[in-house]
Amino acid sequence: MLSFIIRRLGVMALTMLCLTLVVFFLINLEPNLRKLAISQLDMRASVEDQERWLQRNGYRQNFFVRYGQWLGVLPKQPNIDPNTGRAVPRFSFCDEPATVRYSGVLQGDLGCSTKFKVPVAEKLLPALGATGILMFWVMAVMVPVSLIVGVLAGMREGSRLDRTLSVASITTTATPEYVSGVIFTVIFASWLGWLNGSAASATNQGVTFYNFTLPVMTMAIYGTGYIARMTRASMVEVMTQQYIRTARLKGLSFNAVVIKHALRNALIAPFTVIMLQFPWLLTGVVIVEVMFRYQGFGFALVEAAANNDIDLLLACSLISVFVVLSTQLISDVGYALLNPRIRVR
Amino acid sequence: MQLETIGFFGILFGVIERFWPVWAALAVVLALSMRYKKRLGLYGHLYDSGVGIAGLTICLFWLFTAIFADTIAPFDPLRQFPVMKDAMPGSIEPESGMAFLFGGDRLARDVFSRMVFGSQIVLVIAPAATLFALMVGTTLGLPAGYYGGRIDSVLSFLANLVLAFPVILLFYLLVTPGIRETSIPQWLAGIFFIFPIIFFSTLFYTRYGGRPRLFAVQLAATLLIGGWIYIGLVFDADPLGIISIRPNELNIFVAVVFASSPGVFRIVRGLVMDIKTRDYVAAAQTRGEGPWYIMLWEVLPNARGPLIVDVCLRIGYTTILLGTLGYFGLGLAPESPDWGTGIKESSRLLRLYIHPALPPVVALMSFVLGLNLLADALREQSLKD
Repeated sequence: MLSFIIRRLGVMALTMLCLTLVVFFLINLEPNLRKLAISQLDMRASVEDQERWLQRNGYRQNFFVRYGQWLGVLPKQPNIDPNTGRAVPRFSFCDEPATVRYSGVLQGDLGCSTKFKVPVAEKLLPALGATGILMFWVMAVMVPVSLIVGVLAGMREGSRLDRTLSVASITTTATPEYVSGVIFTVIFASWLGWLNGSAASATNQGVTFYNFTLPVMTMAIYGTGYIARMTRASMVEVMTQQYIRTARLKGLSFNAVVIKHALRNALIAPFTVIMLQFPWLLTGVVIVEVMFRYQGFGFALVEAAANNDIDLLLACSLISVFVVLSTQLISDVGYALLNPRIRVR
Repeated sequence: MQLETIGFFGILFGVIERFWPVWAALAVVLALSMRYKKRLGLYGHLYDSGVGIAGLTICLFWLFTAIFADTIAPFDPLRQFPVMKDAMPGSIEPESGMAFLFGGDRLARDVFSRMVFGSQIVLVIAPAATLFALMVGTTLGLPAGYYGGRIDSVLSFLANLVLAFPVILLFYLLVTPGIRETSIPQWLAGIFFIFPIIFFSTLFYTRYGGRPRLFAVQLAATLLIGGWIYIGLVFDADPLGIISIRPNELNIFVAVVFASSPGVFRIVRGLVMDIKTRDYVAAAQTRGEGPWYIMLWEVLPNARGPLIVDVCLRIGYTTILLGTLGYFGLGLAPESPDWGTGIKESSRLLRLYIHPALPPVVALMSFVLGLNLLADALREQSLKD
């Protein structure tokens, strides 16, 4: 088991290395660098000015050297002003050391956000916290609801309850966040006026039922149907097993059989599915945070991508890839632990 | 100025009337299929369940809407009528005397016509991109599952690499105006679009390689048609001028194929690993058939059931992806009538006007729902066999 985890961690590190290299390549394409230069200077800056700015701030160094510096395996050179001979930080809003040193992701330095004009960590940590709150509530709604729906539907296959719930779950898998968000806002904010159609106030004034229900509902609904269908399939399979029939023939009531014998075995498969939902939830986070103007991770990602904020975007992709890969690992390990029939070598 | 409206029933009957070519086509197709369903195989079996009929009807409805869009839509989806800015549903356009059935949007365009023309964009890109992804995923998934070993490790690693990317980040990196200035979309398109040609050439070679004359004809046809489409799509230099694609559309197309082929790869690989242990594969191996013959003519036909179901679901998923692209304003032109862009534009003004938001929302949801229902019915049918 331990060697399995270590091997997986090794693959994970390799994957992250490859992916960040790809992201680094894509955001350092010539048009993107130009866009950055224009946004940092002003709209009317001449091509020579842009070039000089890029040159001065080290964007014209060799690609792999810059990647190494970002990673922290190559030393970062301080920026020397040719007129005074003194070191000047590249961006006035984050102080850079005036000496040569290793300062990259491996050392915990994520760089400077050119859009928000703060160090990346300073912007990203609160954003991650905000998204964490959102994720928590989404999970708290989505997991119990979908499990209950799935178990109820799969308990008696083919019954009217099963058909109704199955069609309902198919419908929710057909409503992506930007669709359900619009529908819910129309119903609950425009017509009924019960809820706030924007979560902007949740960022600074705290989370309330009034401003937070719509984003949570919107995000939870898309995944609910999928998990419910997986739970239903697993439940249906378990209900046809021999030990369920035995328990029924022993004279146990239907409810007792479902709760004591079927549930535990039926919930192994959905566990994996729930963990693998995280990549989808990340997309959902981006849509929902943009739609309801909630200042979280997704909002930062969109702002970074739209303004070609290199360091922030790299940090965002690093985090999202890390989340995806570690949930995959947890789901594999958890599956092996939950299911005694599976042994990993 | 107060616009005249035609009222609720006016809108209802107006919409039903505008869709008349769709109703006619639906009636013909459904009646014929019901009549001959015994002889239609899997397709005919769909008519045995309510879910199947519902799914098919919805999908066919949007298919015919896309085909007859010019007849159905009363107005040009891009034309602006300044009087009709934010007009309520059913308002009558003074000049032509025709009603804006679902009202006008912020830029005074007809919401109904935009919804109808939006179906064209979705129904061209989503199935086409899914088919290309299917080709790429199958061509790579077959050897990975069949041979296993090193080739499997490498291909699986690459597939997991793409799958580890959150889709939205992938789109933000791959679908930008900046990237269109480089040749990356062309390169990716060049790589992806070669797969169908490889696939069909191998398909014919393994079966008919022993009959040179027949094979030569098939190979020539594959290369001619494939090469023609390839030149048209990748280099935008179709000599006949029939196939052409705008750079932003190519960009979207490539990104969607890129995002969904690893999923197909994983499914095909899993299916092949399961099927290759069957007796008929062992029999073919004993007969001395080559590995590619076995993969393409023994394994693949037996994997078709789950693959068809997956394609249905995947077209729906691709539709959702296209909507996401439109919602974030990536790739598609800002005035494009597709549903995602429509949702983006109208959702900003939801507090003031809700009517421009609902038609694209309902359209997208119903189309994906139709595909999901269809996939569900297909799955049930293939389990019965």
